[in-house]
Amino acid sequence: MTATTQRTPAAVGATRPRQAQRVNRRRETRAALLFISPWIVGFLVLTLWPVLYSGYLSLTDYDVFNAPNFVGLENYQRLAADDDARRAIGNTFFYAVIQVPLQVIVSLALALLLNQAGRSSGFFRTVFFLPRMTPPVAVGVLLLLLFNGQDGLINEVLGWFGIDGPNWTTDSAWVKPGLILMSLWAVGSSVIILLAALRNVPTELYDAARVDGANPWQKTTRITVPMISGALFFVFIINSIDALQSFTEAYTAYFGAGNSTYSNEAAEFYSIYLFREAFEFLHMGYASALAWVLFVIILAITLVQLKVSKRFVYYEGDQR
Amino acid sequence: MNRTSGRWAALTVVAGLALTACATGTSGPEGGADVEFDSGADVSGGLSVMGFGAGDEVATARLDRVEDAMPDVDVELIEGDLDIQQFLSSVAAGDPPELVYANRDQIGTFASRGAIIPLDDCIEGEGIDTSQYLDSALQQVTFDDHIYAIPEFNGLAITMANSELLSAAGLSIEDVNGSDWDAVTAATETMMVDDGAGLSVIGFDSKLPEFLPLWAKANGADLLSEDGRTAQLNDPAVVEALEWAVNIYDLQGGFGAVKAYRDSADFFGEGNQFATDVLGAMPMETWYVNVLQDASPDAPMMFDTVHSREGDAIAYGSGSSWAIPADSANPEAACRYMKIMTEADSWLAAAQARADVRAEEGQPFTGLQPTANTEADAQIREMIGDDVPEPWASAIDAAYEANDNSFSLPANPADAEFKSAWQDAVNRVLNGQAEPQESLDQGQEEAQEALDEAWAQWDEQG
Repeated sequence: MTATTQRTPAAVGATRPRQAQRVNRRRETRAALLFISPWIVGFLVLTLWPVLYSGYLSLTDYDVFNAPNFVGLENYQRLAADDDARRAIGNTFFYAVIQVPLQVIVSLALALLLNQAGRSSGFFRTVFFLPRMTPPVAVGVLLLLLFNGQDGLINEVLGWFGIDGPNWTTDSAWVKPGLILMSLWAVGSSVIILLAALRNVPTELYDAARVDGANPWQKTTRITVPMISGALFFVFIINSIDALQSFTEAYTAYFGAGNSTYSNEAAEFYSIYLFREAFEFLHMGYASALAWVLFVIILAITLVQLKVSKRFVYYEGDQR
Repeated sequence: MNRTSGRWAALTVVAGLALTACATGTSGPEGGADVEFDSGADVSGGLSVMGFGAGDEVATARLDRVEDAMPDVDVELIEGDLDIQQFLSSVAAGDPPELVYANRDQIGTFASRGAIIPLDDCIEGEGIDTSQYLDSALQQVTFDDHIYAIPEFNGLAITMANSELLSAAGLSIEDVNGSDWDAVTAATETMMVDDGAGLSVIGFDSKLPEFLPLWAKANGADLLSEDGRTAQLNDPAVVEALEWAVNIYDLQGGFGAVKAYRDSADFFGEGNQFATDVLGAMPMETWYVNVLQDASPDAPMMFDTVHSREGDAIAYGSGSSWAIPADSANPEAACRYMKIMTEADSWLAAAQARADVRAEEGQPFTGLQPTANTEADAQIREMIGDDVPEPWASAIDAAYEANDNSFSLPANPADAEFKSAWQDAVNRVLNGQAEPQESLDQGQEEAQEALDEAWAQWDEQG
């Protein structure tokens, strides 16, 4: 007896649609790739390639004018022993550790207020966001005016309360606090994100809490904050990355054209140090090594934050 | 990772590695190899000039002469101060401008890295008479015995003082011109006013950090040896100069208080510190004379040169210059251009243009900011004549006397690091982070390390 395997008509019928699906999928994939190809090309040429090339440059002595000269890990060894780089890292961490939580707290407070504003919230939302539109260079100049120790607005306001304000822009102890306070100028975007999250918190939860006799503080800490923890985490992580790369405002105020000779080491953040090494001293190889170390630092901090977030952040539909 | 994404990742890495392997960077100095400079030859083609703007009649009058002399050359100005990022990008892309207008203190670094070409052939071929240029300016663009740039303006500081504040305090300009440091200190204390609510009159502003080289020279010291190889930042005379200049601030509540008050002033307007009687005296660049003349012509001013402690006029000169990038596509036209822009006849044409504008405004012609061309300056000074009223006549006299007695720091292959080292040293003291001796010791170490490394590279190149 010979056993033969024959496809039944039903099986043949099922294969044809599958083939058609595969063809369709391939066609759709090609179309999708075609549509996103401008972005892919841009990403490859303007992002990935410079990133990879800077990795190579970090292993060279390169001044732009002459061909890179391979030096192995010399730039990284120099970085490990560089006191100025350590100071810049210290300045950056000091700034980030205070600025990021402050930015999140102020953003949350403003978003909570806006959430209560009713019909006028649209107007105030615009008002809070407008400063975000100011170019960072202008913010740097504004810092020098607002925080001027002699007749700046900040010291004038402090004077109303009998406080003799410091020389924010020259006293090394007050330079970073001044920059941190000034960074609140751009709090608008975080406010908008948190406000959007607040609007998504189900009102039934507040109704139930009210029935249970919860006060406003309890409602905020037990319902609002947990329910918007995803957005809070997003704001926290974005601001952390931003703070660790902080550059423009401090550079404009303390190292830019307006201060061609005066500068203050207390304001020299890591990105500023990196920029000066690259474009003032033409140490492109060393600056590339600095850039890669910054990348690793930010990556490590972000991974830690992601790990920690699993314990504190709630996402709607999360099975945990 | 599935097979498709694995293939993509592999492709990406391979592409990156391939691109990296293909990278050659920019070529070394090649410009000038087959170039022939000849004053009798016609020049043509494009000429992009980076870092120079035709913003006033002094620029346009000279540019007109360039266009007349080189009708077949298409000059394109990339205006604004030389943007080092823009310049580096153009070099890295293999498409540098044909000519750059750079600060003289950048020339040593550019020259040592082969970014600009030596001008020996250009000077010889075009017949440029280098004796017309100010020695100190030429020295600043001369690296390893070769001239790498042609100097243009010469920025200088002179003593500017408020005559009413001086006279009310029973003082004269000699008390604040730097010839007697004790007198300057005493004048500062006498003229300053701090009513408890903050500084309301600055007696004397020693203008740190920028004028440390000036005060060091006034005390008989240079920050850098003549050959550009040895930093002298912690020389006792430099330390003493810094201590004195910082003490001027300390007497007035500290640098922070003085700077805050200075920054709050309407520096360029009619409410400037001199016009509003809130500043006794300071050394300041000569261009500020024009600002004062335009913004507050009735301000009670007095002018003099800055003096050394020996009583001689001195001035720290700095300014711009013209240089040809190594891969310039049209070095012949670039050389002709810089010759015409800096020759005496062009400066005279510019001075005449300025005189015409001043006449239209009903203002006396007070000359140009001193140039690095001594012949041109001598002739422009004759053009000014004796009709200029006081105090501006004194300002002109002081500016030209300062120009005749100016000094500058020699070119070196680490001038950016050197400048940063001494300025950071001063700033640490001003910001209260270090004492003068300690800070200058640190600056000396940093500066010498940078100089040694840069000179070693240069010497290796042979």
